[in-house]
Amino acid sequence: MREWRLSTRLLPAVLLLLAGAIAACGGEDASVDGSGPVAMRRLTADQYRRTIADLFGDDIEIVGRFEPDARRDGLLAVGTAWVSITPAGFEQYDAIARHIAAQVVSPERRDGFVPCVPQDATRADAGCSAAFLRSIAPRVLRREVTEQDLGWRVAEANQAADTLGDFYAGLRFALGGLLVSPEFLFRVERGQADSASPADLSLDDATLAARLSYFLWNTTPDDGLLAAAARGELTTEVGFARQLDRLLASPRLADGVRAFFSDVLGFDELEDVSKDPLLFPRFSREVLADAREQTLRTIADQLVSRDGDFRDLFTTRRSFMTRALGVVYRVPVGPRDGWEPFAFASDSPRVGLQSHLSLLALHAHPGRSSATLRGIFVREALLCQEVPAAPADVDFTVVQDIDNPSLKTARERLGAHGSERTCANCHALVDPIGLALENFDGAGNWRAQENGQPIDARGSLVGKSFVGPEGLGQALHESEAVSACAVENLFRYAVGREAEIQERRLLRRLERDFAREGHRFRSLMRAIALSDAFRRATGTREVEPAIAESGASERAREESG
Amino acid sequence: MRPGTTRRTFLRGSLGGLAIGLGLPIFDAWLNDAGTAWADGAPLPTRFGTWFWGCGMNPSRFNPTSIGRDFALTQELAPLAPVRDHINVLSGFDVDLDGQPNHPHISGVMGTLTGGAPPKPTDVLAPTLDLLISDEIGGATRFRSLEIAATGSPRHSYSLRNETTRNPSEVSPLALYQRVFGGGFRDPNAAEFIPDPEIVLRKSLISAVGEDRRRLERELGSHDRQRLDAYLTSLRQLERQLEVQLSEPPPLAACVVPGEPDGTEVSAEIGEALRNHALMTEILALALACDQTRVFNVVFSNGASNLHKSGNTTGHHQLTHEELVDEQLGYQPEATYFVDRSMEAWAGFVARLAAIEEGDGTLLDHCLVMAHSETSFARYHDVSGLPVMTAGRAGGRATTGLHLAGTGDPITRVGLSMQQLMGLRVERWGLGAMETDEPVGALFA
Repeated sequence: MREWRLSTRLLPAVLLLLAGAIAACGGEDASVDGSGPVAMRRLTADQYRRTIADLFGDDIEIVGRFEPDARRDGLLAVGTAWVSITPAGFEQYDAIARHIAAQVVSPERRDGFVPCVPQDATRADAGCSAAFLRSIAPRVLRREVTEQDLGWRVAEANQAADTLGDFYAGLRFALGGLLVSPEFLFRVERGQADSASPADLSLDDATLAARLSYFLWNTTPDDGLLAAAARGELTTEVGFARQLDRLLASPRLADGVRAFFSDVLGFDELEDVSKDPLLFPRFSREVLADAREQTLRTIADQLVSRDGDFRDLFTTRRSFMTRALGVVYRVPVGPRDGWEPFAFASDSPRVGLQSHLSLLALHAHPGRSSATLRGIFVREALLCQEVPAAPADVDFTVVQDIDNPSLKTARERLGAHGSERTCANCHALVDPIGLALENFDGAGNWRAQENGQPIDARGSLVGKSFVGPEGLGQALHESEAVSACAVENLFRYAVGREAEIQERRLLRRLERDFAREGHRFRSLMRAIALSDAFRRATGTREVEPAIAESGASERAREESG
Repeated sequence: MRPGTTRRTFLRGSLGGLAIGLGLPIFDAWLNDAGTAWADGAPLPTRFGTWFWGCGMNPSRFNPTSIGRDFALTQELAPLAPVRDHINVLSGFDVDLDGQPNHPHISGVMGTLTGGAPPKPTDVLAPTLDLLISDEIGGATRFRSLEIAATGSPRHSYSLRNETTRNPSEVSPLALYQRVFGGGFRDPNAAEFIPDPEIVLRKSLISAVGEDRRRLERELGSHDRQRLDAYLTSLRQLERQLEVQLSEPPPLAACVVPGEPDGTEVSAEIGEALRNHALMTEILALALACDQTRVFNVVFSNGASNLHKSGNTTGHHQLTHEELVDEQLGYQPEATYFVDRSMEAWAGFVARLAAIEEGDGTLLDHCLVMAHSETSFARYHDVSGLPVMTAGRAGGRATTGLHLAGTGDPITRVGLSMQQLMGLRVERWGLGAMETDEPVGALFA
C-alpha cells in the first residue's frame, strides 16, 4: 500500500512519461501518421496510353486528342482529383474507345482476348460474350466484377451482334462501353471500415492495387497485382509488402520515376513551347522531343538503374545523347542512330539537369532567355515555394528597353528593374538564381556574350553565392530544402492531394529517412507506400465552402525578365 | 409546296446531290412570308458566339469619339470599315473588382463572362456566358458548342462550367474539320436519309453506361459527385448528338460542306495564328450554316497574348509591358502591331459570316457575336473601359451600326443584354457590385 501511495503521488509524472512513451512509439508506428480523403482521379493522357498498351498490346493505335490535364498546386497528379470530363472531352474518349475496341476484336487480334469461339459468328452468343466480359472487365475496371456489372453489358453486346449480324461487333460495343465508363476513365478510390482502427477507413484491395501500380509504374495493375487484390492480400501487411517490393524491384519502376519527374518539371508544357526559327534555326520539334527524353533518361539512370543519390541530379555530367541533340550541344556523337550514353567534358558548362536544353528552353521566352522565369522554376518546382505574382499596375518599361544602349545584358536590365522598390522584393528571390544560367540563351544554346557584353553568371540561392550552372548545381545539391521539397512532391504525387495538417509529422520523418539512407529514391517510394496516408483514408472528399488555394502555375506569368 | 413537292423531293428530282456543292440561297417558296422561318413554322436558328483577343488595345487610338449611328471609325478600328454596319462598338464598360485583387489577364475576362471578379485566379464564380446560353439553345444541335483557338493550345479557352470543367479548344483546322464534317456528319441536303444502325446501338450503349454510374454515385463524396455530374452531362451531350444523327435533318440551303484542309503547324507565331484562324473560321461558319452547333467560342489569342512575330525576341505580352511609348505616335508601335492584326482577324471573321446567305439575309444576321478582351490598356492590366464589340442582328432582335458609350457602367450590362437578345428569360445578372437589371437598351432593335 505504501508503494501504491507513493506512486499515486507520482501519478501525474508517470502519466506524462507514459504519454511521452506512446507518442514516441507513435512516431514510428504507422497507426498515428494520419491520412486524408480518398480521391477520384482522372487518368492522365500518359496513363491512358500506358494502360491501353498494357491491356491490349503496345501496337494498338490511339487516335484522338485527350482532354488537357490540369496542374494544381504545382502538380498534374493533384489536378487529376479536380478535373472532370467536358462534352468535347467525352466525345474524344468515345471515339478513342471505339477505335481501340475495333482493333482488339479484329480477326488478327481477337484470339488473344476472346476465350471462346461463338457457335455462330453471325449472331449473338450470350455465353461467349459473357466469358469475354468476365475476363476483360476486371482488367479494364481494375477490380473484381459482379454479375450485376456484367448483365447489362452482355445484353448490349447481344443486341449489337444480332442487329449487325456479327458476334464480334457485339464484343466491340461491349468493350467500347467499358472504355468510356467512369470507373475506367477515373480511378475511383474506396475505403472500408476497419475494426482495428474505427476512426478511419482502410483502402480496399482494388484501390491499393491501383495506387501502387500508378504510383510506381504509371500504369494499370498487372495480373499479379489484380490476383493479389482478389485474394485480399493487399490489405495484409505481408501481402502488401510483397507486391510493393516486387514492383520496386522491376525495371518498370523507371516508368513511374519518369512520370513523376515529367510532372514536377512541367514537361507537359513543352508541348506549347515554340522557339523563333529565325533566331534559333537549330531548334526544332525533334530537338525538343529529344531534349525531354534526354532529361528523363538521365533521371531514370541515376535514380533507378544506379540507385544513386537524388541530389547528384544537379551535379552529374552523365547523360544521354542523340545525333540531333549533339548538333545543338555542339558535341561529337557516334554514327549510330538512337540513344547513346554520354558524359559532358569536365570543362563543359553542362552540369546537372539545370543545364539541360529541356529546362532551359521551357523556362524562357520564345525569343530570349529569362533569368526570372528560371528562378521561379527553381523556387516553385525544386524548393516548393510560391513566388507572389507581380502587382497588376507594375511598369516594366523603364528598365526593360532591350534596345537601351546602356543596358546590354539581362543582369543590367533586371538590376535597373530591381531598383524599383515594388519589384525588388520578388525579383531578389528569383533573379539571382536564374542569372547563374544566363550563359544559356532562350533555346538553351551556350553563349559567352549578350549584345557584345560578356555575361556575368554570378548567382546566389538562400544566401549562398556561386558562379554559373555548376555553382548553382552544387548549391541545389547541398540544399536541405531541395531534398525536403522532393519528398513533399513525391508524397503529394502518390496520394493525389495536398498533405493534410495531420500528415506533417509523417513528412518530417520521410525527410529524415530519405537523408539517412543517402537520398535513394527507391527507399523513399517504399516508405511513402508503406505509410498510413497511402493505405488509409479519413473518408470521402466533400466540397469545401471556400474554394481551395490558388494554383500558382494557373496564373498568367506577369514577371518581367 | 407541301404536300406533294417537298423540298427534298425537289432537290432529289431536279438537282440531286449537286445541290450540296452549289450553296443555293433558300428558295422563297420554302420560307414563310417574312423570310424568317421555314414554311413549316420552325424558325431559322439564332446563334451566339464569343470572339476573344488578348492584351486589349490603346484606348485613345481605339475608342470612337463620336457616339451613335454615325460614329467615325478610329485608326485602331479602321480594319472594320467593310463590316461597320454589322457591328456595334461599346466603350466605357468596366469590370468592377468589388474589393477583389486584379489578377492580371484573368480578372477582366472572368468578370466579363461570369459577372464577378474572382477572389483567386482559379476561381470560377459562375458558368461563363456562353454556357448560360448553350444550356438554353445548345441542345438542339449535334454540338452543344464549338471552341476554337488560333494560338495552338487547347487550354486557351474561356468557356468554363466551374473550376474543374474548362471546355478545351480545337487548335488544328484539320482536327476541327474532322470533328464537324468527318464521320458523324449527316448532310442536311443529302438526297437520302437512312438511319445508321450503328448509331442506334451506340446511343443505347451510352445510355446504359450513363445509368450504370448510379451505383458509383452513392459511394462518392460531394466533391467527386459534382465531377461525376459533369461527366454525366457530357455523356448526355453525346447521347443527344447521336439522337440528332438519327433524325432526318431539315434541309439547309446555306449548308455547304467545305473541303478538308491540309494539316498545318499550330503555334502562336502571328502568321500561323492568322492562317489557322482563317481556316477555322471557314469551317466554323459552315458548321453554323449546316446547323451543327448554335454556340461557339473563338480565342484568337489568349489573355496575356502569347502571340509573337518570327524574328523578334519579344512577344506581344512582353511588349505591352516593356516597349516604350513612341513620343511621336503616342503608342507602343510593336505591341500595337498585334492589336492591328487582331482587329483585321475580327473583321475577317465578321465578313465571313456576313458572306453566307441565309433566309432573307445572311448567316451573320442570325448570329449574335460578342468580341472582347481581358484588358483595355494592357500595360497596366486596366479592367476599366474594356473593349467590347457585338456583331450580327440575332435574328432581328439586335440593332447594329452603333457606338455606345458607357460611363464606367458594369460590363454585366452587356452580358445581360446578350442573354436577353438570345431569348433567355433573365432579368438580372452579375454578382455583388456587378449585379444589374439594366441591359444596354440601345442594342435591342
